[in-house]
Amino acid sequence: MSLILLIEQVLNGLQFGVMLFLMAAGLTLIFGVMGLINLAHGSLYMVGAFAAAAVAGWTGSFALALVAALAAAAAAGALVELLVIRRLYDRDHLDQVLATFALILIFSEGTRWLFGSFPLFLDVPAALAGPVMLPGGILYPLYRLVIIGVGLLVALGLFWLIAKTRIGVQIRAGEADREMIAALGVDISKLYTLVFALGAALAGLAGALVGAIQSVQVGMGEPVLILAFVVIVIGGIGSIKGALVGSLLVGLTDTLGGVLLPPLLGIFMQASSATSVGSAVASMAIYILMVGVLLFKPSGLFGGT
Amino acid sequence: MKLKSLIAAASIAALSAGMAYAEAHGGKVKVGMITTLSGGGAGLGLDVRDGFVLAAKGNENLELVIEDDQRKPDIAVQLADKLIQSEKVDVMTGIIWSNLAMAVVPAVTAQGKFYLSPNAGPSALAGKGCSPFYFNVAWQNDAFYEASGSWASENGIEKVFLMAPNYPAGTDGMTGFKRTFTGEVVDEVYTKLGQTDYAAEIAQIRASDADTVYFFLPGGMGISFMKQYAGSGVDKKVMGPAFSFDQGILGAIGDAALGVKNTSHWSKDIDNEANKKFVADFQAEYGRLPSLYAAQGYDTALLLQSAMGKADVKDAAAFQAALEEADFASVRGAFAFAPNHHPIQDIYMREVVKEGDIVTNKIIGVAASNHQDVYGADCKM
Repeated sequence: MSLILLIEQVLNGLQFGVMLFLMAAGLTLIFGVMGLINLAHGSLYMVGAFAAAAVAGWTGSFALALVAALAAAAAAGALVELLVIRRLYDRDHLDQVLATFALILIFSEGTRWLFGSFPLFLDVPAALAGPVMLPGGILYPLYRLVIIGVGLLVALGLFWLIAKTRIGVQIRAGEADREMIAALGVDISKLYTLVFALGAALAGLAGALVGAIQSVQVGMGEPVLILAFVVIVIGGIGSIKGALVGSLLVGLTDTLGGVLLPPLLGIFMQASSATSVGSAVASMAIYILMVGVLLFKPSGLFGGT
Repeated sequence: MKLKSLIAAASIAALSAGMAYAEAHGGKVKVGMITTLSGGGAGLGLDVRDGFVLAAKGNENLELVIEDDQRKPDIAVQLADKLIQSEKVDVMTGIIWSNLAMAVVPAVTAQGKFYLSPNAGPSALAGKGCSPFYFNVAWQNDAFYEASGSWASENGIEKVFLMAPNYPAGTDGMTGFKRTFTGEVVDEVYTKLGQTDYAAEIAQIRASDADTVYFFLPGGMGISFMKQYAGSGVDKKVMGPAFSFDQGILGAIGDAALGVKNTSHWSKDIDNEANKKFVADFQAEYGRLPSLYAAQGYDTALLLQSAMGKADVKDAAAFQAALEEADFASVRGAFAFAPNHHPIQDIYMREVVKEGDIVTNKIIGVAASNHQDVYGADCKM
């Protein structure tokens, strides 16, 4: 395997990781602040992608599509929080899982009802289409570089929001002790709606960005949701830093595992069985990584307690 | 309270009407359709259903009960039991996926009910597991791949890069391709089922010295791959079976699919009267172009109705003989059943082109004429 191919694969891993981060950040915020397991997070990702595809098809503008994705997902998130999630904070996790699973079904069938069963068309904007030549002779799709850039910007923005702003202080306080911050006069229910909408908007952004290079279809959120849960378990539940490190680890492991394992096994196995065993082990790689991390750090890499 | 008792009375009336009907059943045929109408892959089931309903329109002797299997084998099995035990259907059809067909079909045929497959042709049901009651109106799973392999060998393709999801239909498909392909297979990659990002595989394709990529990625996987491939700047030729380039999928891929070669037993430009009527009627009825799944559903209903005209479904031997004749005007043109009840048909090579604003397929040649599967030899009926 040449060095150029390896570097390209590392970039692919980074891009995948950054995309996962957008999903995992919202999930971990919501779990950290409200103690809520939100299975419907993948549906918000889908809402973002569908809103973007609809608006892009209607206006032809990708920028407007991104705005629409953010707005639609945030609105859907806020609505869901007000109508359903709000009643679940005091219940145990099983009730939350059941209710948010029901939300998945409602979102999926609702989307099918609105948009039909066939996948929608959403393309990369012309200005970002095609590959660019990176130093070292690597030909890499420009759009994927943009995704890496946007993801890292969002990460910076989140760190700034959490560390430096008044809302960030309230979010951190809410994580630590929700009775105390309510007693200090912060409107906790408004804060929860805000955090939920923020997480939803991030998921919607991920859906729109990724929808342009993947298939915009009903049920697209669930595979990503599972990976996002793996990420926050590895990173430590509630920690944005953990979500970032966890996403990049999972992205790199998944991508490089799939590429490197079959040829590695090929050294001491027959080529055909190395391919099948390699592919099988590569699909397990991130879960093996998760087990490895949990063995040494039971609460995740950056888990609080 | 009043409303509740009204509903109860109405449902009892409906129930007894249904039972009375089931008793007085002679001459009519009751068809149970189990297909995928929700969840991922619902587009395929919808097309099979719509094609079938279109061909059966106006036939008062054909009663259709439609159920949604949600692409889950356990649900499909429950529905099959329900359709046979309580709905008392005579003929079943509709299943899209091979794993669901394997779960349902043997049980259906063991109970002496006919099963007409409008999609999915697992090798087990074409060979050792064949049954007098099982007819496949679509294809044996390997057909499109074998045809691609021979077309590629004859058209100067020397080095291919194979890619498919790591599950039985994927590995079987690639085996089918290698069975007839005489050139060199540079690399074979098996991806995760449901994978959405193919950047790593595209990088491998770029680095390989293959001249053509041959892949089978059904549904959303194929959409994702083609969009990402088009953006990557890799310019190797692309080939696949029709499943990755079907009408329902092309709309979502857009221009990125232009020029791709794919094998199919049906295309909307096959020149015969039945097909012209089908394409026109389907567009008029549903307002979209038909897919190959719709064509298969349509042919299934035509086959069934041709047999209904010749024999009573209660006389199983006569009805089986009537089905074996395949005396209907298939939208594919020439169509006959091999002794294992699987089709003998031409497989075409199509190319994705743009007609006006619509991305669609056009036939460029015959990839395999009178194609028949290799498993029939193991079939003892």
